[in-house]
Amino acid sequence: MGVMLSLIAVLVIVLVPLAGSQVSGLQYVFGVFFPYAGFAVLLAGFVFKVLNWAKSPVPFRIPTTAGQEFSLPWIKQAKLDNPSTTTGVIGRMAFEILAFRSLFRNTKAELRSGNLIYGPAKWLWLGALAFHWAFFIIAVRHLRLFVQPIPGWVEFLDKIDSIMQIGTPPVYITDVLLIGGVTFLLLRRLLIPRVRYISLPADYFPLFLILAIGTTGILMRFFIRTDIVAVKSLLVGLATFHPFIPKNVGAIFFIHATLVSVLMAYFPFSKLMHLGGIFLSPTRNLANNNRMVRHVNPWSYPVKVHTYDEYEDEFRDLMKGAGIPVERE
Amino acid sequence: MYDANKIIPGLVIFVGLMTFPIWAGMGKAEPVPKPKIDTPVIKEMAEKHCVESKNYMADYHMQMLITWRDKALRDGKRIYVSSSGQKYNVSLQNTCMKCHSNKKEFCDKCHNYVGVKPYCWDCHIEPIEPKGNVL
Amino acid sequence: MAKDLTQKEMLRIDYNPPKSGWMDTPVKIKPGIYCHPAKPEKITDVGMPNAHTWNPLDEDWNLPANWQQIFFEGMRERLDKHRSFKIFMDICVRCGACADKCHFFLGSGDPKNMPVVRAELLRSIYRKEFTTAGKILGSLAGGRELTPAVLKELWYYFFQCTECRRCSLFCPYGIDTAEITIIGREILNLLGLNINWIQEPVSNCYHIGNHLGLKPHTFKENIEFLRDDIESYVGVRIEPTFNRKGAEVLFVTPSGDVFAEPGIYTLMGYLMLFEHIGLDYTWSTYASESGNFGFFTSFEMAKRLNAKIYAEAKRLGVKFIIGGECGHMWRVIHQYMDTFNGPADFLEVPVSPMTGTTFENARSSKMIHITEFTADLIKHGKLKIDPSRNNHMKVTFHDSCNTSRAMGILEEPRYVINNVCKHFYEMPDTTIREQTFCCGSGSGLNASENMEIRLRGGLPRANAVKYVHEKHGVDTVACICAIDRAVLPASMEYWVPGVKVAGVSELVANALIMEGEGERTLNLRGEEIPVTEGGDNV
Repeated sequence: MGVMLSLIAVLVIVLVPLAGSQVSGLQYVFGVFFPYAGFAVLLAGFVFKVLNWAKSPVPFRIPTTAGQEFSLPWIKQAKLDNPSTTTGVIGRMAFEILAFRSLFRNTKAELRSGNLIYGPAKWLWLGALAFHWAFFIIAVRHLRLFVQPIPGWVEFLDKIDSIMQIGTPPVYITDVLLIGGVTFLLLRRLLIPRVRYISLPADYFPLFLILAIGTTGILMRFFIRTDIVAVKSLLVGLATFHPFIPKNVGAIFFIHATLVSVLMAYFPFSKLMHLGGIFLSPTRNLANNNRMVRHVNPWSYPVKVHTYDEYEDEFRDLMKGAGIPVERE
Repeated sequence: MYDANKIIPGLVIFVGLMTFPIWAGMGKAEPVPKPKIDTPVIKEMAEKHCVESKNYMADYHMQMLITWRDKALRDGKRIYVSSSGQKYNVSLQNTCMKCHSNKKEFCDKCHNYVGVKPYCWDCHIEPIEPKGNVL
Repeated sequence: MAKDLTQKEMLRIDYNPPKSGWMDTPVKIKPGIYCHPAKPEKITDVGMPNAHTWNPLDEDWNLPANWQQIFFEGMRERLDKHRSFKIFMDICVRCGACADKCHFFLGSGDPKNMPVVRAELLRSIYRKEFTTAGKILGSLAGGRELTPAVLKELWYYFFQCTECRRCSLFCPYGIDTAEITIIGREILNLLGLNINWIQEPVSNCYHIGNHLGLKPHTFKENIEFLRDDIESYVGVRIEPTFNRKGAEVLFVTPSGDVFAEPGIYTLMGYLMLFEHIGLDYTWSTYASESGNFGFFTSFEMAKRLNAKIYAEAKRLGVKFIIGGECGHMWRVIHQYMDTFNGPADFLEVPVSPMTGTTFENARSSKMIHITEFTADLIKHGKLKIDPSRNNHMKVTFHDSCNTSRAMGILEEPRYVINNVCKHFYEMPDTTIREQTFCCGSGSGLNASENMEIRLRGGLPRANAVKYVHEKHGVDTVACICAIDRAVLPASMEYWVPGVKVAGVSELVANALIMEGEGERTLNLRGEEIPVTEGGDNV
């Protein structure tokens, strides 16, 4: 049910601009208003969400340690998996964020004739890594359509990404990885019973949405082309706050733009905030220096304890009888 | 233990990166390029038209050129029949560039604007343009 | 009753979830899986709220009239207090990487034991009550009404999590189900819904000083009994001291080791080790518990119980503290104690009196792990060891969850074992070190009435032991955890008969050549040490 609902929702997001952009006045809605609104919601929502997280303190230092602790000088510490310094934490976080270190550990358990067998399971890691990096590079690559003159590094990225020189215009490697990655993530959700069991509409919706974004982008590049100069003039207009709708921009662009706008607006209120969350995750971003540096809990309050005096008062006779020293006879 | 000293700068960096197009384009947005079609050959044409409609050419010229390349070089077919029934010689140098002899003012204008680097001139010789046309 | 189930019946596990979704499938509470509710008087006598009599199998749990309000307010408060909780409620993408990492899921196949679902049980409430989308869209946004049935489900599954953190190791965002369970249990405790196996030790520990409720004289007598055993097996008389002011070191360990097999042999190991090196140390009857069942109740209760250790160290004027072998104890000591009850500025940075080694990693908390201490002693050649006495044993090492994933003490115990035992075999890589499996009964779930789920949860660990048992003939699981010592024997007896459980310090003491000892024909268990081939020329 979650699958169908999500799919229908995304189809509606495709159909509305498809029909609406035929009406000339409405193009402004899909080409200017939605992107502005989506981007504003993304920025404000993201910042708000992170600040909201930040409002709650980290009362305890609770890293998940994934290797040997800093110990005696002759014992080799796992400096990245169990860091005890800020440098180590930065390294750990870099591995986590850029290379999905934890997911790389993934194993697959099977029960075979009464024995549990754990095999390696790297596909999720590979699929997720391909998908996320592709998405990121694609987003950065799009700067060529927002910024004039185009920065050299954006052109360089574009050149590298299309280095295979397959097709006209050339196919981007990241496009293939994105579609492949997102399809893989979707298929495993649909086909692996356990993953399907835990999936909510909120899991299918962004996948369909991103799949639609990738598909419309590829259609626009290869099959339902539209005047790219006009598209760039529109996007530069947005970026320079001189929004206008040029002529010769096809419906496919408005569909693509609307899908992206929805994704941006949806982002801060969804699980997609794992982008921000990973940076703040207390089991990853803290050094395991617990016994070396005291961590302060800002809401710490005095608690009622059973003091030694109370204890001795209760047990003095027994203690004396057993020859245990007491404070007061 | 609120880590505001890390989170606030982090958010500033995030917003800064996300809004890169805004502050990169601040005040220096170049006007939308208008490819020039004022070459002598075009000027002499009674009815100014390309092999296909202007809009179609704007959107699809790269795919047409590749088809032309394959037709001419791989299949040896040198005749293109346009949608209006007119026949053209399949040739970048002799057909396209005959009219659009101003590569810098025509091709490059848009290509530079959208950051496209076609590899036409890896094989073809770039047309030599009179100096007066550069600006 | 679980013992009535044959292995074959237990192993009929299907990892494929049922057709009906988890939100639509009401919980079915089954005997053998849950622990008895806390006795009301054990709740009230430590000042905790809403103590009442109830039965998990009953329809009506006699909850206070405003139980939902209490629940939501408790949740709100904890969202505001713990960034971890807030983030973990928001960012799970349900990738499923955690699913087959949980020993309870692997042993039971119950889909709600997948860590992701365990967390979703609470997350669905969070979405319904604390997010705009959930308030408006309800189940479409993954929200769920908090009904009595849902509350029962939360209770059932938060007391089927041993807070072992294995899932958090594999989570790409480090979402820690232990954190969610800890906070979930805190909220349940606001409604008086603790289990007695946790609550009674908490009450005992608070009032008497240790989980088992051993009063000062009993505590001392028990240790003296063990001292007497040492005298008869080893021929050396040891005089441990209690509550002695001016000792250099305060030693604390879980009270389970004072009382029950095989923990007592580990405690005998401590006594012999300290005697062997001539450590100036004292036991305390007031701080006679280093384990902390308060940690399975609430952070506040954990702090209240933990406070005794520093307080006693201060009163006795010791220089630093050594802690015995225990898992969750070390989670609290390592990750919480300094924050809870520090700074311990009245203590000194621990320096081994025998080797002069400064324990840099305990610079602030001033408390070191017995295994760190022993490893350093061995490295400096301060122990006279005859490892051949352990030659008849084939040993493997079970890393405890907390010392592995909340501390990282992995090499020290291996170094110690390799120096006192000849035959050491590792279990498969995916079941040791940071990937270690829980014994199946941690976090206060080591009661007897929940034996079925304990054995199920113990399956992954036991199965790895079985592997080395069959491959190398391993007959001893060494560990550095009192709960392991208390529960692994049952699990081994069921899954891998013929394998016994021993604390690392027991193995050390068996190998120690004590000054003035008699002929060592008996081990610390009073058993004949078998003479093995080439036994005396290692």
